[in-house]
Amino acid sequence: MAKVLVFIDNPGQALKKSSLELLTIARSLGETAVAFNGELNDDVAAALGANGAVAIYRPSAEDLDSYLVAPKAAYLAAAVAASGATAVLVENSADGKEIAARLGIRLSAGVITDVVAVDPDGTAHKSVLAGSYTTTAKATTAVTVLTIKPNSVTPEPSGAEAAPEAIVVAVPADATAAAARITGRNEKGASGRPDLTEARIVVAGGRGVDGDFGPVEQLADALGAAVGASRAATDAGWISHDAQVGQTGKTVSPQLYISAGISGAIQQKAGMQTAKVIVAINKDADSPIFEIADFGIIGDLFEVLPQATEEIKKRKG
Amino acid sequence: MKIIVLVKHVPDAQFDRHLNGEGSTTDRDESILSELDEYALEAALLLAEARGGSKAGNQVIALSMGPAGAVNAVKKSLQMGATEGVHLKDDALAGSDAAATSLALAAAIRHIGTDSPVDLVLTGMASTDGETSLVPAQLAERLGLPQVTFASALEVNGGRLTARRDGDTHSDTVEAALPAIVSVTDQINEPRYPNFKGIIAAKRKSITTLSLADIGVDASQVGHAGSWTTVESAEARPPRTAGTIITDEGDAGIKLVEFLAAQKLL
Repeated sequence: MAKVLVFIDNPGQALKKSSLELLTIARSLGETAVAFNGELNDDVAAALGANGAVAIYRPSAEDLDSYLVAPKAAYLAAAVAASGATAVLVENSADGKEIAARLGIRLSAGVITDVVAVDPDGTAHKSVLAGSYTTTAKATTAVTVLTIKPNSVTPEPSGAEAAPEAIVVAVPADATAAAARITGRNEKGASGRPDLTEARIVVAGGRGVDGDFGPVEQLADALGAAVGASRAATDAGWISHDAQVGQTGKTVSPQLYISAGISGAIQQKAGMQTAKVIVAINKDADSPIFEIADFGIIGDLFEVLPQATEEIKKRKG
Repeated sequence: MKIIVLVKHVPDAQFDRHLNGEGSTTDRDESILSELDEYALEAALLLAEARGGSKAGNQVIALSMGPAGAVNAVKKSLQMGATEGVHLKDDALAGSDAAATSLALAAAIRHIGTDSPVDLVLTGMASTDGETSLVPAQLAERLGLPQVTFASALEVNGGRLTARRDGDTHSDTVEAALPAIVSVTDQINEPRYPNFKGIIAAKRKSITTLSLADIGVDASQVGHAGSWTTVESAEARPPRTAGTIITDEGDAGIKLVEFLAAQKLL
């Protein structure tokens, strides 16, 4: 049976949905092991067992988080060698893709990013050119490295309760030699909203909000959604750059995307057109966003959004 | 300082883009300098200018790998102020994945560093076509250099660089020794437009064309032959069709909620 290694960087207090998705895909490909970095509490260790992990690898060094990705890739390469894995699954975050990139060179392994589904033989499905094409790709090498986009599968526990073996992997001595060091960190205030790239629902505002994201945020909170924005809105300084969806921002693929006061220029569409359902609200009936919306409202967002927010609150009691 | 900026010639994202041919590669007919590479070039120009510019021996070398048309990305870079251009061009490079691309670029960077060492390699945060963001990290691994990605501020003092790197939950200060590879975000600066003087001056600047033989890479190491991944099929996504469009008559918010309820999205 093929062996699959899932990398989970800092699992934290509970496994994230995206990590559970990696474990669900891994089990469809073969015997699953996990390599993590950081702390591993008992609950998370138990959850890894309940999700089919037969072995859990930890690094011999504890300071990998003091450096940008390079030493994590060196550790992961050693874990792949120790586990005999022929497939490695990593989350599709910026750091995840770079760890995969460096791991690929260390192992002479093909790397495929932005994967949304994997066949049992390792063929990966992805969407490219901003969702305008779907492609299947395969690594031609002995080991395949895949980075998996969030919301790709519904996480399911394995059903079998395994007691995974714990194994320490020696981090190569030269792993930190040519790595950039993190010398300072400023935490940003947490918004309490779901992470934009992982959210099931995104409510996004654009030029039409004219500096006031209030109605967008209130609807997002009523729906338990993340807040997104067009580049026009982030460039105007109305909302943090982190919220930008589009060609030069984040790509999202939620169940529902609500676009308010965004014209839908091609760069913005690039970031959201793989959403399952698109709702658009715009005063301008000629906005290109209406060409791709499942439900479009020609109207003033300052009237439509608050009314919808009230109605949702009323229904939820 | 000797700075190499990687510039890519990509299909203009303002228009529909297409895949075709062997391995479903990107159609590059309507291509431009990748918008995200302009920030890397501007960062290089600012570093060089702060050190006395080209008169003081600072070099900003725009390097592009790609078919004949890729030279346009180099020319635009020269118009913006790069001091020289290098075009890595070889038919065998067509169809290279990130691993093969990074192999060829690593060899080209070593070649450019033969007579005097390269201090810094700057790139954009991603290409606007492949969007994999793999190449800077793979170059760093191949060249054994520190890698700082997604820099939104960059300073170089002596042999060290300091950068700010913004994540979703935190903002980090990062330090590395030179030489290093740095990718920059679109928040780092405001790229300049080429002015008339720059356009005239660019005509006198040299563009060196390198082949695989020049950089000591065998054709079997790049292109489809040297790639570690292969695209097996590509299908254009069916275009989204417009759904129901209504005009607000005072109750559109309620109709929106009814739509969401019917779609089981509440």
